[in-house]
Formats: sequence, structure tokens, C-alpha cells
Amino acid sequence: MKKKVLSLILALCIACGVLSLAGCGGSDRVTLNVYNWGEYIDTSVIPEFEKETGIKVNYTTYASNEEMYAKVSSGAASYDVVIPSDYMIGKMIEEDMLAELDFANIPNYEYIGEDYKGLEYDPENKFSVPYTWGTTVIIYNKNAVDPADVADKSVDLLWNEKYKDQILMFDNPRDAFALALSKLGYSFNSTNAAEWEEAAELLKQQKPLVQEYVMDQVFDKMEMGEAAVAAYYAGDALIMQDEQEEDVDIDYYIPKEGANMFVDAMCVLKTTQHKAEAEAFINFMCRTDVAVKTAEVIGYATPHMQAREQLDPAIIGNPVVYADSQTLANTEVFLNLAPEIGELQSKLWTDIKKD
Amino acid sequence: MNRKSFTKRLITAPYTVWMAIFVLVPIALVVYYALTDADGHFTAGNVTAIVDYAKTFGISVELALISTAICLLMAYPLAYAIARMNTRRQSTMIMLVMLPMWMNFLIRTYAWIAILADKGLINAFLQSIGLDGFKMIGTRGAVVLGMVYNFLPYMILPIYTVLTKIEQSTIEAAQDLGASRAQVFRRVLLPMSVPGIISGITMVFVPAVSTFVISKLLGAGKTYLIGDIIENYFLGNTGTVNYNIGASLSLVLMLMILISMAIMNHFDKDESAGGMI
Repeated sequence: MKKKVLSLILALCIACGVLSLAGCGGSDRVTLNVYNWGEYIDTSVIPEFEKETGIKVNYTTYASNEEMYAKVSSGAASYDVVIPSDYMIGKMIEEDMLAELDFANIPNYEYIGEDYKGLEYDPENKFSVPYTWGTTVIIYNKNAVDPADVADKSVDLLWNEKYKDQILMFDNPRDAFALALSKLGYSFNSTNAAEWEEAAELLKQQKPLVQEYVMDQVFDKMEMGEAAVAAYYAGDALIMQDEQEEDVDIDYYIPKEGANMFVDAMCVLKTTQHKAEAEAFINFMCRTDVAVKTAEVIGYATPHMQAREQLDPAIIGNPVVYADSQTLANTEVFLNLAPEIGELQSKLWTDIKKD
Repeated sequence: MNRKSFTKRLITAPYTVWMAIFVLVPIALVVYYALTDADGHFTAGNVTAIVDYAKTFGISVELALISTAICLLMAYPLAYAIARMNTRRQSTMIMLVMLPMWMNFLIRTYAWIAILADKGLINAFLQSIGLDGFKMIGTRGAVVLGMVYNFLPYMILPIYTVLTKIEQSTIEAAQDLGASRAQVFRRVLLPMSVPGIISGITMVFVPAVSTFVISKLLGAGKTYLIGDIIENYFLGNTGTVNYNIGASLSLVLMLMILISMAIMNHFDKDESAGGMI
């Protein structure tokens, strides 16, 4: 008897499950798939958006532009909104993956500073709405690094044998190669294969000194003092400072050899079924109060001029995060590489990692 | 007769369909991608390109062999000890062996990062008692440790199963006939447990040689195994997505595994005794 009751309950449960699933499919609620970098949003704004609009957001994250591109281009999952960096946007525009935005649906676009519009990757501002911008920086723990080694603010710190096994390096080829190319004084967008080979040689020399190739694992490692030196994005250095352990004292600088200046911008994929909703999401992210929250939580510089006025002056006054035009003159934006250079980079990177 | 084979076919149909869709079709796709270029034209270029990765294949096989050997050396005595216990303790012990497998494999491997890190549990302990800590994470040793830890149960279980089938009286008979302990082991126990050892070796070596998560997490991105390279080609972590080379590397890996299994099966003459699978 007991068994019968039990199986009846089980059967009911299954039936309910099926029904509720069916109910879900039948409702008119739109689900928007947003694909963003890890640690790159104030998560409290998502429920806020859902509440206001009735649109459900399925929020997932990636660790690098390359990972995002592979996922999106394979068609393995369908996303509506993605937030790639400049060069990747250029590549995706070229490959006809992005939808032209209807700016009538994104009135808050007017708050975006003119400096961040009409950039090389999207010259006519048709496909992207800037979300954040910044530069790469060298981050170090003052308690573990000799002041003499950082006095000249050089990228050489990442190649300093004194810090063997204390160095964290980018786990993506574009940023890693940029550091080596800047050390050699070459352009990050070099079209000369020999220069890339030379940079690869430098990265190979560096490998024995590297503790780990990381992306967002860099936060824990630097905050806990597990590593002394890292290269990462300026906004993240700020967060690390906030979260650091007592015996860790994090500082950072833009290397004198130059750095990468990037803009990450919100785009809508061509395959979307919910373009209007996606644009509503982008518009929401550009609303001043949301932009302020975003800037406060993720630490990256915001291109939103209205938000900038409301942010703590100490943040806006940060000379590294909100670098002035003089510093920025020494930075370079990534452009989409020619296919043969892209393939060479990929091959060289694999060689560095596998040996 | 006819009728019987019809029912038989009917019963096996779901499994056959399953196999066709989820095993044969994917393998066919792997072969297709491995032998074509980006435009879908036939080429052998991908297969010859793998010469570049000979060294990585070597490292993968080496680490997988070391892990398999360590697993075997650790698992055999343990399986033997468990098999000689009384039934109730046996089931407790086997449950303990399987216990870690109830938790997600990734979480367990992440836990090892915390244990092996430069300022992790082990090093913190060593330093607290005045010893120098040493580098563990990011070394090949850490990768081997991860493999042994994760795959050890797959070695213990088949060996244990075979050993429980050996009657105590067989051993006693050998002893009665004057065999020393070493002789009993070498001439009776070991030959009778070969099927279990073979399936244990296969079940450890195959996942170890093709892993990419363990090397990524415990190897700190510095120990690259062939699985990592295949992953990169499919996910584009290195900047370009290339299914063709990725597929040809997978194909070579599959062939390698098949060949090593064929060699192993050659030693395994007594198929009836079988292991866990």
C-alpha cells in the first residue's frame, strides 16, 4: 500500500513538473540572453530590469573575447546582447554577425561621451553602444615588490627574474602578445610576421617566470597575496585594492612602453528574435542610475558623461582608471587582425603554451 | 527462431538508435572534419599538421602512464585487503571508495587548488611548523596527483571485483601444495586478477590521457596536454577556431586509445571474468 501511495505521489510530481514546464513555454514573457564578461555588472540591476519591463534575463558570462566569439559563431547557443571589445566588434561587423541598432529605442545613448563614439571599429556608430573603457595596467603588491623595480614604471617588471613564480600573465593571446610587443616597441596591430615571432620568443622566455596564466582568477591571487605581479585591466585593479587582505598593498601603473586602450560596447546579434527588447536592455544599462551602479561595482571607467558627474570625485580623479589624454596618447587600440596574422598569433600562442 | 531474433532486435533497438546518434554520427563527424579543410575540400593537411604536437602527445601519454602506474600500485593492495574483509566491512569500504565520486569532479579538483596553492593548506602548514613551503601547483606532479586522485576508484573497483571472485580455498590449496606467499601471489593471485587489472588500466589511462580540466586547473595553464590543445581549437581560446585540426588531433587520440586497448585486450585472454564494465 505504502508503495502505491509513493508511486502515486511520484507520478503526480512528474505530471506537475511537465505541466509547469508547458506553462512556462506558453507564456508571453520574453527571455533575453545576455552574454557578458565575468565580474562585469552590478548583478542587482538585472532583477530591477526584469521587474520594470517584465522581460526575463538569462545572464551568462565568458572570460575572453575569443571564447565569446567561438560560442556565438558556432551557433551552439543563441544570445541576444553581447559586450565584446573593440577589435572583436570590428571582426563581428566584418563577418555580419551584428544587427544595426535602432537608436530610437536607445534614447539614453545621448549620455555617452563623444570621445567614445565613431571609433575605428564602428566608425558610423551603427552597431555598438559603449559600456566601459579602460587600459591594461601592471598590478603589483607593494609589500612583495622592491620599490626600485617599479620606479621606472616599465613592462619589464613582468620579465623580472626576481619575481619568478610570482607573476600572473594574461591567459588570452591578444593581451599577452600586446605586452611583449610593447616591450619591443612594436605596434599591437603589427602586420609584420617577424615582429610577432620576436614577441613570441619573449613570451617563451617569460614562461618559466610565470606562476599561472589567468583571467579572472587574478582577483583571488592578487588579493590574497599569492602572486606579486600581474598584468590586467585598470578597473579590476581598483576592485582588488578594495578587496585586498591586510598584509597586501596593491598598486598599479600604466607602463611607460604603452598599453592597450579598449572600449567594451554592447551589441545585438543579428540572430536575435527580440531586437526591441535587447535595445531596451541596452537603453536600461545606459540609464544614469544604472550606469553609476555599474561604474561603482566593476571599477572600470564609464563613457557615460551623466554618470561621471554623480560618481565619487575620488574615482573620477583616479589618474590610471580615468587616464588623461596625455597618457592615452601613449596607448593603442586593438584592431581586428588580418586573418593570416590572426592565425600566426594563434599558432605562436599554442607553441608558447605547449612547450 | 525468426520471432526470437525479432524481439531481440526490438529490445535492443533503443540502444542501437542511441549508439548510432550519439556515438557513430559524432565519430563520422570527427573523421569528416579531420580530413577536410575550412571549405570542406578533402585534405590530409590536418593530419600532417599534428606532427607539431608530437611532443604534447608525448607529455600526455607520459603523465597518463605515470598516473596509471601509481593508481595500480596503490589500488591493488587496497583492493586485496578489502576483498579479504568480511562482507559487511567490504560494503562499507567500497562505499568509502565511491564516496568522493558523489561530489562533482570539478569541485573536487578546485578543492585541490586550495590545498596545493603556494599559500594553500599544505604550504601554510609547513610554514607554521617552521619548514620551507614548496611549489606544487602548476607542476606536472600536481597534474599527476589530480589524475591519480580522480581516477583511483576506477582502478580499485574492477580489481576488487575480480579478487572477490577468487575463492579463499584456491589460495589455501596453493599454500597446501607448498607455495610461499610470494609464489601464491605471483602464480595464483596475479594471473587470476589480470582481467580486473586490464579494465582498471583502461579506465584510468583513457580519461587521463585525454583530460584537459585537470591540467588546466592544477597545471596553472603551464602544463599543456593534448586535451587542452583540442579544447583550444574548438573553443578558439588561442584566437582562432579550427575544427579541422581539432578533429584530426581527436582522431589521432582516439586511434591511440584504440590501439592501446587492443594491446591490453591481447593480454586479457580470459574475457569471461571481466571487470566492472
